[in-house]
Amino acid sequence: MVEMSGSQALIHALEKEGTTIVFGMPGGANLPMYDELTRSNIRHVLVRHEQSAAHMADGYGRIKRKPGVCFATSGPGATNLVTGIGTAYMDSAPMVAITGQVPRAMIGRDAFQECDIIGICTGITKYCFQPRSAAEIPEIVKKGFYLAESGRPGPVLIDIPKDVQQEVSDVTFPELIRIRGYSPHVDPDIDQVARAVELLLKAERPMIMAGGGVHISCAFHELQALAELLMIPVVTTFKGKGAFPENHPLALGPIGMHGHAEANKLIIESDVLLAIGARFSDRSVGKFDEFGQAMKIIHIDIDPAEIGKNKQVDVPVVGDVRASLRALVKMLTKRVAKKGGDCPWLKHINEVRESMKSVYKDHPREITAKKSLKKLRELLPSEAIVTTEVGQCQMWTSLFFDIIQPGTFFSSTGLGTMGFGFPASIGAKAAKPEVPVVDIAGDGSFNMTENSLAVTVNDNLPVIVFLMNNQSLGMVAQWQRLFYNRRYIGIDLKGGPDFVKIAEAYSAQGIRAQSMDELDKAIRTALKSDVATVIDIPIDPEEDVFPFVAPGTGLKDMITAA
Amino acid sequence: MAWNIISALVENKPGVLFRVSNMFRARNFNIESLSVGPTEQSDLSRITVTVDSDEHVTEQMVKQLRKLIDVVDVTRLQVSDTVYRELALIKLKAVDPSSRMEIINLANVFRGKIVDVSKSTIMVEITGTPDKIDAFKSLVEHYGVIQLARTGVSALPRGVLYE
Repeated sequence: MVEMSGSQALIHALEKEGTTIVFGMPGGANLPMYDELTRSNIRHVLVRHEQSAAHMADGYGRIKRKPGVCFATSGPGATNLVTGIGTAYMDSAPMVAITGQVPRAMIGRDAFQECDIIGICTGITKYCFQPRSAAEIPEIVKKGFYLAESGRPGPVLIDIPKDVQQEVSDVTFPELIRIRGYSPHVDPDIDQVARAVELLLKAERPMIMAGGGVHISCAFHELQALAELLMIPVVTTFKGKGAFPENHPLALGPIGMHGHAEANKLIIESDVLLAIGARFSDRSVGKFDEFGQAMKIIHIDIDPAEIGKNKQVDVPVVGDVRASLRALVKMLTKRVAKKGGDCPWLKHINEVRESMKSVYKDHPREITAKKSLKKLRELLPSEAIVTTEVGQCQMWTSLFFDIIQPGTFFSSTGLGTMGFGFPASIGAKAAKPEVPVVDIAGDGSFNMTENSLAVTVNDNLPVIVFLMNNQSLGMVAQWQRLFYNRRYIGIDLKGGPDFVKIAEAYSAQGIRAQSMDELDKAIRTALKSDVATVIDIPIDPEEDVFPFVAPGTGLKDMITAA
Repeated sequence: MAWNIISALVENKPGVLFRVSNMFRARNFNIESLSVGPTEQSDLSRITVTVDSDEHVTEQMVKQLRKLIDVVDVTRLQVSDTVYRELALIKLKAVDPSSRMEIINLANVFRGKIVDVSKSTIMVEITGTPDKIDAFKSLVEHYGVIQLARTGVSALPRGVLYE
């Protein structure tokens, strides 16, 4: 037992959890914890808006596979975090958000900068804590980290009243904690694995659908071993993009609203679907009732509540994805020798793949989103980390940017948060400074959090913003073009800003690329640069994303052109 | 659709009821009744929820409840193997002596208790299954129901071994 203040206890507990970096912004109600940071080796990254702090912690957490930490003050500081917390929740990203709160005696009195952040965040966190004494803090921090990173990861909020931060008390740092209402299922039930094995062995047209769970449990090797053992083609959800090397002969790419045409066509032809760490979201499978009527479904997930939530399945396997895949491969290896690649299903797959090539039309301009992304792939090393903003830029990435090295891609796939990619890429750079980090962006999204350029310069976190600039909210414009008879409203971003000047104003680097040659040079320059680089690539506002599965329709109703 | 009783043991601490009810609201699940109170263990409360829902929705409710950190255990109670009771207080209009007598007689038939009488009202306390309370209510409705309060269902499985 040692005597210390709540803030000291907090910072010490964070250090014990291995925290080396915190993204945040100080204010009245969290000054005591900031003061304590001055006496710690934990690095603080000052953001220009708390939303970005949460996204940075999220990006950091996804790459490190342990909770990223963000700090904000009470009231508006806390509410500014909310979008970032919600984003992390929807994508099961580990995060610990720590907010200051008004002093205990002021809670509930509508004090200055008071808000009920726990009430606001309950539905978008794994758990929220509010320590009511300094002595509770060490145990709460330990529980918070454990909850955030174990089982199905997610954000945890710790809301600390200012006087609790200041209170001096005898505290102990527990080595063990127990949460009796929480025990993640790690090891799969062997009987269920055996049933899955039987189904897979009988399948004539098997398919693997790999989701975000493969990334989270780092099961890339196991996934590839299973696919290659039975020669099963692999589609991914968008969150699962890059769970399987996209240049692999068995890779069909992402399915869904802007999935690959061959993936969307072939998944509904399969007779046994092995869904791994995927949640059958509407964006992936289209209309719930229509999807998977004719197929048997095996569903592996660590979260029992995902089984049967959106889709009734035939064989549920509840467990960690990696542990479950290992069990599957082990059992399968005893039963079969490695399959060859000459079965009718794979022959059909290759025929469909060939026939679908004509679906992907080239836009007539010299420089297009598709060509730009192909160029980026050509020049970017495979270990580079890539994230995206939200909208057309994201969906072009889904279609035209192959992830070669598993685990190098992430995006706001669940909440679909514009403004996520840039701060998240900065968080990823902090987690892995030795590799290039690229945010594939559109002008609408980048505009939302572009002030993080200051962070890239001041905190030496040089990332590349690959900005496909169509001077509009392109995805909204595409929907208005397709579904609202070209009645455009609220999509015109022609007022700017000039993103090259914006970058320069922050002492970062801005390069405009108006031809493929210029783009080639710009990417090479950016990769060598020691400051963040914004590559502004003007594209045609009418370059659409196709194929497209319209909302509320099934995968078979994919639209391939306007 | 079927009538289901879900029984959840939860941590007895502030905010837990909010987390539970908030989950039901956010997931678009409909609660028919909800009751909460202490249990044989001082640090646990029991929340009993009744719902009218089809099988897979009920399963989802149970799983989503289990997912909440403060929820320690969840059981779906089989109606046939469960003792379940609700308490209602019904304040009825009873100005003339004859209606007063009739209400007292009806309450006796339902093993209810008269718990309050004024010059113009009479209050009946009645315990039983929700059906029994509904039946009593429909019998006395024509006297004029001034106020009605129901607790929601409390339930425990029959037998000795549990959890």
